[in-house]
Amino acid sequence: MSPKAAKTRKIIATTSLAGCFGCHMSLLDIDERLFDLIELVEFNKSPFDDIKTFTRECDIGLVEGGCCNDENVHVLTEFRKHCKTLVAFGECALMGGLPALRNTIPLRECLEEAYLHGPTVAGRNPQGLIPSDPDIPKILNRVYPCHEVVKIDYFLPGCPPSADLIWDALVALVTGQELEPQYRTFKFD
Amino acid sequence: MEKNIEAITAKYRGDATRLMDILIDIQDELGCLTPATVARIAGVLGIPQVDVEQTVSFYHFFAREPRGRFAVYLNDSVVANFYGRAEVAAAFEIAAGCRFGEVSADGLLGLFHTACIGMSDQEPAALINGQVFPRLTPDKARALVAGMRAGKTIEELKGDKYGDGQNSHPLVRALVKNHIRQRGPTVFSDYTPGIALAKVTAMTSAEVIAAVKSASVRGRGGAGFPTGMKWEFARRAPGDVKYIFCNADEGEPGTFKDRVILTERPQMVFEGMAIAAYAVGADHGILYVRNEYRYLRAYLEQVLAVLRAQNLLGERIGGQAGFDFDISIQFGAGAYVCGEESALIESAEGKRGEPRDRPPFPVEKGYLQRPTVVNNVETLCSAVQVVLKGAEWYNRMGTEQSKGTKVLCVSGDCDQPGIYEVEWGFAVNDILAMAKARDVQAVQVGGPSGACIGPDEFGRVLAYEDLATGGSFIIIGRHRDILRDVVLNFARFFREESCGSCVPCRALTGMAQVVLERIIAGQGTAEDVARLQAWQKIMRNNRCGLGQTALNPIVTTIRNFRPLYEARLSRGDPRFVPSFDLPAAVRDYEAAVANG
Repeated sequence: MSPKAAKTRKIIATTSLAGCFGCHMSLLDIDERLFDLIELVEFNKSPFDDIKTFTRECDIGLVEGGCCNDENVHVLTEFRKHCKTLVAFGECALMGGLPALRNTIPLRECLEEAYLHGPTVAGRNPQGLIPSDPDIPKILNRVYPCHEVVKIDYFLPGCPPSADLIWDALVALVTGQELEPQYRTFKFD
Repeated sequence: MEKNIEAITAKYRGDATRLMDILIDIQDELGCLTPATVARIAGVLGIPQVDVEQTVSFYHFFAREPRGRFAVYLNDSVVANFYGRAEVAAAFEIAAGCRFGEVSADGLLGLFHTACIGMSDQEPAALINGQVFPRLTPDKARALVAGMRAGKTIEELKGDKYGDGQNSHPLVRALVKNHIRQRGPTVFSDYTPGIALAKVTAMTSAEVIAAVKSASVRGRGGAGFPTGMKWEFARRAPGDVKYIFCNADEGEPGTFKDRVILTERPQMVFEGMAIAAYAVGADHGILYVRNEYRYLRAYLEQVLAVLRAQNLLGERIGGQAGFDFDISIQFGAGAYVCGEESALIESAEGKRGEPRDRPPFPVEKGYLQRPTVVNNVETLCSAVQVVLKGAEWYNRMGTEQSKGTKVLCVSGDCDQPGIYEVEWGFAVNDILAMAKARDVQAVQVGGPSGACIGPDEFGRVLAYEDLATGGSFIIIGRHRDILRDVVLNFARFFREESCGSCVPCRALTGMAQVVLERIIAGQGTAEDVARLQAWQKIMRNNRCGLGQTALNPIVTTIRNFRPLYEARLSRGDPRFVPSFDLPAAVRDYEAAVANG
């Protein structure tokens, strides 16, 4: 069916947690289908429209990135509270991705490398300070994929997920039609 | 060290397919297999270092650093834990002054966990320098460590209270007990070596196979493949060189029948191999025995020597021209998956025990790519009795699809654990009564790869067509916490024993353990339970039986004991994952900046 057949526009929110915004860029890669998209959905909290806090309940939440600090956890929790359907998209949201490479290294070692011993900081931090301030998020002991923090309804794999997969998934969610993923949209080699 | 390595490899003619023997012998000499030793072995054998390294790293009895003058491997099986294993472990740690996984500061002893060592009827048990110390208590553990400190030898530590039957044989001298509670007509009846072989040599090989076929002998390892058919495939397979393997790598937790059969009826097993060799046209046999039973080595070698002297092995057996067959013994080094026949063959070739892709099946291309029959210890005993007493006699016992008898290994919460040789077709209830079990909550039939059943299924019968079993029969009393005491132990076991070759097995055994631990901690969700069940489908794609059944402990208990799972599920908001703990997750950071 044509996506335009949807009667009322669904409300959608998006966020990038411990990600690189690559998944959001891939979403924009749907090209001219963006025109179809804005007929299908209305954006609420999202970097696309810069709405910072939820102003209404949403139908769909799209989450890029996993949780590497307590602010990520806070945002993800808000998404879970305000979105009927929560979709994790991209490797980092699904598995932790690149940020999770630190998961085998104790946090203290990571922080000391970043602030005390790394080549760009060695000798330049005589007080040996590791930043801590109520205004900056607290780093988690490891990077958590989203489904280890909140219930995730659907997962879109890829680094990034292909624009076609994101589009097909959104259309399916908006129209209520079952998604039949095309092989090329999740074939990664 | 150089000399030892060269002498030992020379003993095996520098044959890299004998790597298991070479490594076992060198470790006996040197205590462990360090990187330098590994490099030297590779050099002497003329193979890449990584080929030696991968074999060393695969088997858990191969040590890459010293494990102490006394290496204590304390069994961590379900039944060992039923009988006070935790207290024994704690006593060992305190007395030794080191934790499990470590060696004491003076290098005197090392403490290590190990999976079921085949002593489920006399737990908790440990292997110390290859010798079995059954029925341990904290007092005995303390006395053992004190004895080590006082300079006693392993023989002095053992004492002389040897077990019954051949456990007291001068070449065995083991503290192990047989606990044969019921002698059946197949394995544990009266038996004189050589009579069956004499009958066989008067027959053609086709007649021998026909006899085994008409008796409907099926493989006793658990899968139940028709033995006569297997022999026929191997006989028809092209090639002059063929092999007969006896699989005595019983690693299924709760199984110990092969240990008792090899102690009391080794001649029958070897005679069964010779009969198979005659039927198939093989001239060499290998008895592959798990490392845990190495204390039987000298004894088994002597039995072979006697059989050779009686011309029941060797050249022109029974005076028959062209019937040449001899047997060698191959020990494993601690890997459950090697009980799978193609993994066992890989191991016997000196490699990691990873199951092969099939086809080709071992009967076509097995050991050294030659046609190979792999039969269970008990299967071979059945073949001997079929030859002796006839197919008709055999077919009178058992059920429609399961003829003959089965040796059961009964353990767990009962007064009479041990060996019961019964006809196929006994109900679970019958076995429970024989073993004097009371207040039974569940029975684990066929070991962890089998099924955990509750009282409503105790009327079911042991047979290939109903409850198939390789012999393991673990009784779980009313007072046990099945999830924590049984299922979690099995889940850890499979995670540890997965060879890692197939992704579903490697990944999902680990993930299943994590999810199970979460459920046990009261943080699981209904979705977690559904997920565990869904993974079973993926696991069917694994290459071998281990991978295909590795979630059985979990899925059979979800099926039969679902309330035990549901009672533990989190009652929290289903939108949030109960196991995620934000204050705990930021604790490391807070500590780092507090001291920074």
